[in-house]
Amino acid sequence: MTRTISFNLNGEQVAAEIKPHHNLVEVLQREFNLMGARESCGQGMCGCCTVLVNGAAVSGCLYLAAFVDGAEVRTVESLADARTQALSPVQEAFIEAGAFQCGYCTPGFLLMATQLLDAHPDPDEEQIRHYLSGNLCRCAAYPEIIAAVKLAARKRQNARPS
Amino acid sequence: MATSSTQGGQVGAPMSAKVGGAKVGGAKVGSQIGRSLPRLEGRDKVTGRAEYTHTMRLAGMLYAKIFRSTVAHGRIKSIDTSAAKRVPGVYRIITADDIAQVIPAPYYGPAFHDQPILAVDKVHFVGEPVAVALAADPHVAEEAAQLIVAEYEELPAVFDEVEAAANNTLVHEELKPAGTFADLKHLKGRKGTNIALDFKLRRGDVDKAFAAAAHVFEHTFHTQKVLHLALEPFASIADWNERGVTIYSGSQGPSFVRTEIARLLGWPENRVRIKVPYLGGGFGAKLYIKMEALATALSMIVRRPVKVALTMEEQFYTITRHPSTFVIKTGVDASGRITARKCEVYWNGGAYADVGPRVTQKSGFTASGPYDIDNVWVDSYALYTNLPPSGALRGFGIPQLVWAYESHTDMIARALKLDPLEFRRKNLLREGRPQATGQIVRDAKLDAVLERVAERLNWGKPLARGNGALRRGRGIAVAIKAVISPTTSVANLTIAADGSTTLYCGTVDMGQGSDTAMAQIAGEVLDIPAESVRIVPRDTDVTPYDMGTLGSRSLFHMGHAVRLAAEEAREKIKAMARELGEPEGSNIPLPDLFKKKFGMQAGNIVGTGTYKPDYIPPDPATGLTDKVTPFWMCAASGAEVEVDTETGHVRITRLITAVDCGRPVNPKIVETQISGAVLMQLGFTMFEKMHIDAGQVTNASLADYKIPAILDVPQAMENETVDSHLSSGPFGAKGVGETATFCVSPAIANAIEDACGVRLTALPLTPEAVFRALRAQANNPLADDA
Repeated sequence: MTRTISFNLNGEQVAAEIKPHHNLVEVLQREFNLMGARESCGQGMCGCCTVLVNGAAVSGCLYLAAFVDGAEVRTVESLADARTQALSPVQEAFIEAGAFQCGYCTPGFLLMATQLLDAHPDPDEEQIRHYLSGNLCRCAAYPEIIAAVKLAARKRQNARPS
Repeated sequence: MATSSTQGGQVGAPMSAKVGGAKVGGAKVGSQIGRSLPRLEGRDKVTGRAEYTHTMRLAGMLYAKIFRSTVAHGRIKSIDTSAAKRVPGVYRIITADDIAQVIPAPYYGPAFHDQPILAVDKVHFVGEPVAVALAADPHVAEEAAQLIVAEYEELPAVFDEVEAAANNTLVHEELKPAGTFADLKHLKGRKGTNIALDFKLRRGDVDKAFAAAAHVFEHTFHTQKVLHLALEPFASIADWNERGVTIYSGSQGPSFVRTEIARLLGWPENRVRIKVPYLGGGFGAKLYIKMEALATALSMIVRRPVKVALTMEEQFYTITRHPSTFVIKTGVDASGRITARKCEVYWNGGAYADVGPRVTQKSGFTASGPYDIDNVWVDSYALYTNLPPSGALRGFGIPQLVWAYESHTDMIARALKLDPLEFRRKNLLREGRPQATGQIVRDAKLDAVLERVAERLNWGKPLARGNGALRRGRGIAVAIKAVISPTTSVANLTIAADGSTTLYCGTVDMGQGSDTAMAQIAGEVLDIPAESVRIVPRDTDVTPYDMGTLGSRSLFHMGHAVRLAAEEAREKIKAMARELGEPEGSNIPLPDLFKKKFGMQAGNIVGTGTYKPDYIPPDPATGLTDKVTPFWMCAASGAEVEVDTETGHVRITRLITAVDCGRPVNPKIVETQISGAVLMQLGFTMFEKMHIDAGQVTNASLADYKIPAILDVPQAMENETVDSHLSSGPFGAKGVGETATFCVSPAIANAIEDACGVRLTALPLTPEAVFRALRAQANNPLADDA
């Protein structure tokens, strides 16, 4: 009982054979070798599996792959420049601020932080905390993550043509 | 040059023969230690390319899904696998009988060989692995595992550590010490007991001192069962054939895994290879054997690679932190000096000992706290119960002990109407004085951490006490830990003919930043930028022995091994330069030196370093020894809280921690280690708890078991390291991974009493617990407390 879905993955049109119970994370891993979205809690509580579907963050461990048929899907692997491999300002800021330890949750935080800065280019600390409250980091690099988002906001503002 | 931004550490920086000189190689002496260099693996982690075992796949691999026990203690009457076998696509169902065909003695463990790969005859806790379904599709394996049915003859079970000590209900019929540890040998074959270790420390005469004391206090404290909850759940992949086995595993201790798997297989170690990708968190969970033995046995049976990757729920049935009961009694003289302290600690080890006996002994050394006490009595018991096993969790038992002794110390000060800070100052263990074990304390900045926290809290100045229902208070705590000893680390370092440096060390970077720190140490010795040092991923075929990444030991032990390896390489370069007739202090670039020696770009310089500190085992009767630890870890925390006396809700308005970690090798990474440790312990203090009903964990998911999120970070969290230099440390450094966990719990409980007068003696400090205590204090207890 398989079916074929086609969707835009990180800017490229792709297709995959899936079963109805396959979730988005396993399809990204198995069919496309994209390991940045990872299952952790399996309940949509931790944010390690965060993927952007049509521009909105979803928990890839709960999101059925069938639902992305015809959609636009973005993963952490799309954040760096496809041609030059230059890191995005958010990625750079996470490295510079030391905003991770083990790195397992980091892709989810990066996608949420990117989405936050797209919507609110200059967030205050409360906005950052509330926006990222659905992502968990057991290493608890939270103070550094807050600092990284602030740093990324400055980087993005400086990069913007005046 | 010293701050060059070479990514990934793969590019070799040219070195000259005059290593260690002030000009060559671009970096100036002393430039690598103390640098806040961003983590070397940063790019891999922000691009999603860092590889973790949980997401790895091998060609032809089967997935294993585990069927687990539903009873806490029982004899297995039957296992019915017929329905599971009929699931389309299922490859095979495996039980203990199948395991016995390939590994006849399938028991493992670091202290006791007590844990079976799959339950044999009996189950000892709810959640114990009983059978496995294998399939190429993980969903098929999962469906099949759910269709396995087992019948048990239920046996009496014991869950509480103090009840277990009475030995009325026995978890195991016979004790099976591994033989690794001398102090466990006497337990071999012992029957009729749940006690897996009884550590004793006897110093002076406590009974006499209690009789002479002006005041004697006794209190009992409890800690709850909590979980490491690494976001990458346990995962191992084994690929076995007749010549050897390769195991990919998220392990903090690949050398131990190799030794133990070799023992299980009856093979020499060189046929067992453990490869460790990045770890998605460890915190002490991923030590010793976890999924490795099961994956290996399964791969032997089916002769294909097998992956065992757990779900978050299954982590609750794998390894946890010890619950504890601590009965502590202290005698104080008329001047406020502590004259005697008696500590009885009961550690709830669960159904298998894991490293619990080590936790029991090693933490027992400092159970009486960071105080100068002439008469000390410690009894520390490792107990078997019918709960999921307990092991090491960021502190090796110390956070449980500090919770008790620093709450108790505060209660004494309050009862005697002494200032809690003054009382601690008066009794604090000072430099040059003997610790309870007898070892003279050196390079332990207990006074500095305590004073810094007190200063930041403005201890001498009054605190605004709040008004109405909101009451404010503050508390302080101070602690010491003896780092686990004796342990060994080995490092190898090679220099290629182009001058580039590669480091081989088994310390597992699970997020603590050890790769970066080790590169800094090698870079410091060789006078090259740390970024230019390539760290080889952990692989027991190439990285030499290391006891394990645990107990904050790595920076000290492996740091020394890396330093020694780099120093040996440096001396060999100098010798090669002399041999080739270069004048002393020559600036000849290394590639030229190699060319001169070998006629082309060829050859290697190899340095190796082995480090094992001195240790004298404690006297079995008294627990005393002059050399119990190579260094002391010291911490203090202070908390300011606001208690809503109408709801019991506690808001932490300030949380301050100061640690002595010697000289920080990488101050930024140390900072994140401290805040990460504080926040983790904050979860264990305020809300984390595995709820257990008749042995069944009832909140085994992240939906029901909450860990700190970004909104739980206190608005004011202040962390610092005090000025310190460990004279025996590599460049003055000590380990720091655990230190900041020690004092968080009692500092907050002490602040709660300061705020509203209620004393909590069990963790966690939930609003319900505070509210119940407030009602009891008002002589209006809740009905179920009355």
